[in-house]
Amino acid sequence: MSKKSFRHAITEAIRHEMERDPRVIFFGEDIVGGFGGSANKRGASGGIMGTTVGLYEQFGEKRIFDTPISESAIMGAAAGAALTGLRPIAELMFADFLGVCFDQIFNQAAKFRYMFGGNAKTPMVIRMMTGAGFGAAAQHSQALWPIFTHIPGLKVVLPSNPYDAKGLLIQAIRDDDPVIFMEHKVMYDDMMEVPDGPYAIPFGEANVTRAGDDVTVVAFGRMVQFANKVADKLAGKISLDVIDPRTTSPMDTETIIESVEHTGRLVVVDEAYPLCSTASEVISIVAEHALKALKTAPVKVTPPHTPVPAAPGLEALYVPSVETIEKAVLKVMAG
Amino acid sequence: MVELSQTVLLKAYRLMRTIREFESRVAVEFEAGTVPGFTHLYLGQEAIATGVCMHLTDADAISSTHRGHGHCIAKGCDVKKMMLELYCKRDGLCKGKGGSMHIADISKGMLGANAIVGAGAPLAVGAALTARTLGTPNVAVAFGGDGATNQGTVFESMNFAVVLRLPLIFAVENNGYGEHTGISYHLGAKDLVTRSAAFGMPAEEVDGTDFFAVYEAAGRAVARARAGGGPSTVVSVAARWRGHFEGDPQTYRDLAEIKELRKHKDCLKKFRQRVIADGSLKAEQLDAIDAEVAQLIDAAVNEAKAAPPPAPEDLTTDVYVSY
Repeated sequence: MSKKSFRHAITEAIRHEMERDPRVIFFGEDIVGGFGGSANKRGASGGIMGTTVGLYEQFGEKRIFDTPISESAIMGAAAGAALTGLRPIAELMFADFLGVCFDQIFNQAAKFRYMFGGNAKTPMVIRMMTGAGFGAAAQHSQALWPIFTHIPGLKVVLPSNPYDAKGLLIQAIRDDDPVIFMEHKVMYDDMMEVPDGPYAIPFGEANVTRAGDDVTVVAFGRMVQFANKVADKLAGKISLDVIDPRTTSPMDTETIIESVEHTGRLVVVDEAYPLCSTASEVISIVAEHALKALKTAPVKVTPPHTPVPAAPGLEALYVPSVETIEKAVLKVMAG
Repeated sequence: MVELSQTVLLKAYRLMRTIREFESRVAVEFEAGTVPGFTHLYLGQEAIATGVCMHLTDADAISSTHRGHGHCIAKGCDVKKMMLELYCKRDGLCKGKGGSMHIADISKGMLGANAIVGAGAPLAVGAALTARTLGTPNVAVAFGGDGATNQGTVFESMNFAVVLRLPLIFAVENNGYGEHTGISYHLGAKDLVTRSAAFGMPAEEVDGTDFFAVYEAAGRAVARARAGGGPSTVVSVAARWRGHFEGDPQTYRDLAEIKELRKHKDCLKKFRQRVIADGSLKAEQLDAIDAEVAQLIDAAVNEAKAAPPPAPEDLTTDVYVSY
């Protein structure tokens, strides 16, 4: 056990699984760096966020390599390799690039098992960066997990801290279904105690990060950190039950329902767009299964229904914050 | 030219005849309304799937298209289970959940018919990547039509395969039409061979109604891939006897063109004439195959019609391995 960054936790997870299973391969754009450059130095970058440093040196070009900028070919190659016996990890650098390769993910990889009557499996992981906070604007900042969550056949993972990142990524690589693994780009430098050896965190099991009695706060990904801050700030006055579902597909509905039955109040915090979203889904689950427990109407804390702006001031307004979450908590307490 | 053994010739004829009979019968049954969904027939193109797949083993993989029944048969899928699948029956290759456009048998290296034009090419890249990673002598074949060659997925896959020097063959079937649009309009380049070669791989064009021409060109490409020589493209100029889909009124097409194709571009007729003329096979041997195949397809249809559909509880199974 030692303090590790989110970035390092990701690298360790990939390393453990590549060491354990020779069928695990890893490819994407610029994950190694230096293929074809004038420096003639392979391994030059280790990924644009440094999540893959040292892996090329350890595993070599057969197991980890850079590809042309061809997202459809990357995703399809992963799906085809998974169908024929490998366990590929494919990197889609930014979640926003989904727009150029969605067919290979949602019409191909996600559907093989069903279309082929259960006679196929597609064990692959698609890693991608997600989320706002770097002023990267509308095409490099989106939180698109609701789109993936909507598709049967995909599993969707949103780690909120380095410990979960490592355990969930190991589970993703060992999983026999296609898994979308979304890493918030603002969290790579987050530090935490993380075990040195491999461990897997099962999907569909929420983590209750703060236990409380007054308000259930369901938060996704980076928003869990904000919700925890609000819980700590209000401690002694209002007690929050903060739930991090960790995966949006499968979703741990049981933990959410039990909590709302206990508290009677619900705030959902999500960085994704608000319409037909994971936040909407949580409220729908509670409406269906725990309506009578609610003392007041649930509140959704999400960005407005707009693209992500470039201006730092506007971006700060766009993303849910400790302040907007606290306001929502006070609102359900007053209601 | 390589002399082919009787065994190879008989196998080729049986496969082509099976595809012809299967598809002809599906056309009849579809029109009668007994086959559900959408279906696209391979009639006229039988020599291509056969000429390519006869070089492959079950360990080699192919990705296919919406016009995929011929690829399935040539790759060794069980014809009765295929027919059951077209009828969407419980005992079909895909338990009735795939149907004509998603028919697959991974155990035979048939990675699925595909209802998205051009989507199979990246999957074949993946299968070739598996071969490269595991160090097996296996190859992959991406079947696709002339229409699919205009998809970005195919461009990406061709470049990707060349860059990684993958054991992959792009088997392009130029049947003159991308859905309802003729190639004289939809292809901006001079031809498909030049365009494929521009990606940096060997490419050649053959008469796709001549089994021998396809077989030889595919043999060269497969041998090159197995030997580590990287990808190739084989463009087979094909004859699409039917519309894009069954029920397509083909108002965009001169009916004389179809008559002409059936008369002069019939791969089975050409094969038969040649092997009888050069004395390699006897008419009776071929007639015997015709009769056996007719019986097989008839039995397959009867069995499929009588078979039970999937059970209601099958609706929600096979989405995930675990969830």
